[in-house]
Amino acid sequence: MTVPPVPARGNASLTAAPGGQGRGLAWLAVPALLLFVAFAVIPLIGVFVLSFTSWDGLGEIRPAGFDSWRAVLSDPGLPHALWVTFLVIALSWAVQTPASILLGTFLAGFQRYRAVLSVVYFIPLLLSSAAIAITYKALLDPNFGLGAGLGIPILVQDWLGEPVLAFSVVIFVVSWQFIPFHSLIYQGGVRQIPRSMYEAAEIDGAGRVRMFFSITLPQLKYTIITSSTLMVVGSLVFFDLIFVLTAGGPGDATRVLALEMYKRGFQANLMGPASAIAVILVLVGLVLALLLRRLGGRNSSHSQLEGA
Amino acid sequence: MATTLAKDSSQAAAKHDTAHPKGVTRRPNWLGGAIAWLWLAVVVVPIYWIVITSFKSQSNYYAENPLVPPSEPTLANYQMVIESDFIRYFINSVVVTVGAVVPAVAVSFMAAYAIVRSGRGRFLRWTNSTFLMGLAIPHQATVIPIYLIIIKLHLYDTLLALILPSIAFAIPLSVLILANFIRDVPKELFESMRLDGATEMGTLWNLALPLTRPAVVTVTIYNALTIWNGFLLPLILTQSPEQRTLPLALWTFQGQYSINVPAVLASVVLTSLPILILYVVGRRQLLAGLTAGFGK
Repeated sequence: MTVPPVPARGNASLTAAPGGQGRGLAWLAVPALLLFVAFAVIPLIGVFVLSFTSWDGLGEIRPAGFDSWRAVLSDPGLPHALWVTFLVIALSWAVQTPASILLGTFLAGFQRYRAVLSVVYFIPLLLSSAAIAITYKALLDPNFGLGAGLGIPILVQDWLGEPVLAFSVVIFVVSWQFIPFHSLIYQGGVRQIPRSMYEAAEIDGAGRVRMFFSITLPQLKYTIITSSTLMVVGSLVFFDLIFVLTAGGPGDATRVLALEMYKRGFQANLMGPASAIAVILVLVGLVLALLLRRLGGRNSSHSQLEGA
Repeated sequence: MATTLAKDSSQAAAKHDTAHPKGVTRRPNWLGGAIAWLWLAVVVVPIYWIVITSFKSQSNYYAENPLVPPSEPTLANYQMVIESDFIRYFINSVVVTVGAVVPAVAVSFMAAYAIVRSGRGRFLRWTNSTFLMGLAIPHQATVIPIYLIIIKLHLYDTLLALILPSIAFAIPLSVLILANFIRDVPKELFESMRLDGATEMGTLWNLALPLTRPAVVTVTIYNALTIWNGFLLPLILTQSPEQRTLPLALWTFQGQYSINVPAVLASVVLTSLPILILYVVGRRQLLAGLTAGFGK
């Protein structure tokens, strides 16, 4: 599985190590490798192994065959959690991507007040999910929140108490938190588009909208893949925000897979089934990352500039 | 000789960065502009509301218009939060963040350097592939075995329990970004360093590191943000209040004072303040670094 999900320029150019010098450098990679193996690779194998055991988190670990898998796969909660996770991924992508592309394109432009805007713009990027979730919980409170305080009836809703509303709030808050980050990625992407392309289009009399669809968007292809990959793998494991904001509720309206894993493992002390869910998470993540990479074409690691 | 060359090209690179943003027409972007202002409002209103509310007394909070600044501003909420061990949680967060970011960036830089400079060997190729695969793994999915490992190492409920997995999680993306930048250092510079008789470590330290400083800054900031704001690892790997980091403290504080919204919001402000101050100081560096790091 040597497939990098994040299209990075030059991953393939390993063979082009400068002049074949610098031999005997392998030891420099050893500390990173050891740490990574100990706390990422072994746990990855471990989670697979643990899914075939039973463990309450404290006592002994006993082999349990397919018990956990049977329990998880026959639980109607699993398809629901998968569905909710999928909805979160798809909808937050659909909200964040167009907004981030437009914002990123705008921010890459010349407007003087961009600098002023960007002071405030990126604050959500800096706040912890816990802080953001706590803020929105208070802000949306039907009795004492912003809507009630301002007396705007449409804002006075039981935002976190109604399944559809709570789900929409999750999508909104996730977007609030991550649009700044992705617009930054797109800003970087737009800046790499050669200016000559726009100049040529301008001479041909193309308007801004036309340029956006004919130049900016196609040129952002790999940036879109990068951003989407980060977004998808990220939303697959949204945990802290949903945990603090809705704790999966109301009912199980926002109960995503990652939350399901935490609840079974660390609240119900069923580490076996929780590990099985974790394996599903890993598999879904890998499949999505591979699909996105496939979308990126055979070799997205080439610079976008080369083909220009 | 090599060092002057290095300096020249780093200056050239700096100039290039600050030059007029290329690639966009000068025509006004109305749609983008409209969205930008709308987005500004969406961001500003909640933040403004947090800040003014945190200075309100509880009775004023219920009585006043939520968007009007407090008629009788009070620091009582802040006093209350600080007295509930805020300083300790703050120090814990600093220890975990510094303790994880410094080693993470150091080992990632060494690995990236080795991978770029002699990536032909089977071992280094395999290492690189392992890190790349790490990018696709949702790390949260591995927390149960991590919990087990931490217990076996007798590190449960210590800050080191948070530091070790945080380093591991930071490595793949750090190596990727750093390797991409080291690859851009002209080969000739490495060659002339070699002719000057520099050792590999000397080359790494005196040539590669200074030339890729923007990337190192990016990676450092990005990892620091992620680790500072981390929630899941502290939640499952610590237990006692003495080992709490800020996001977790915030969460427990919210549980304790859920009726006192201004106090909860004061704790939100206080836990976010350190990073906001850093942002105000290093905004340009941060944004330039992140744009370059991920746009590449």
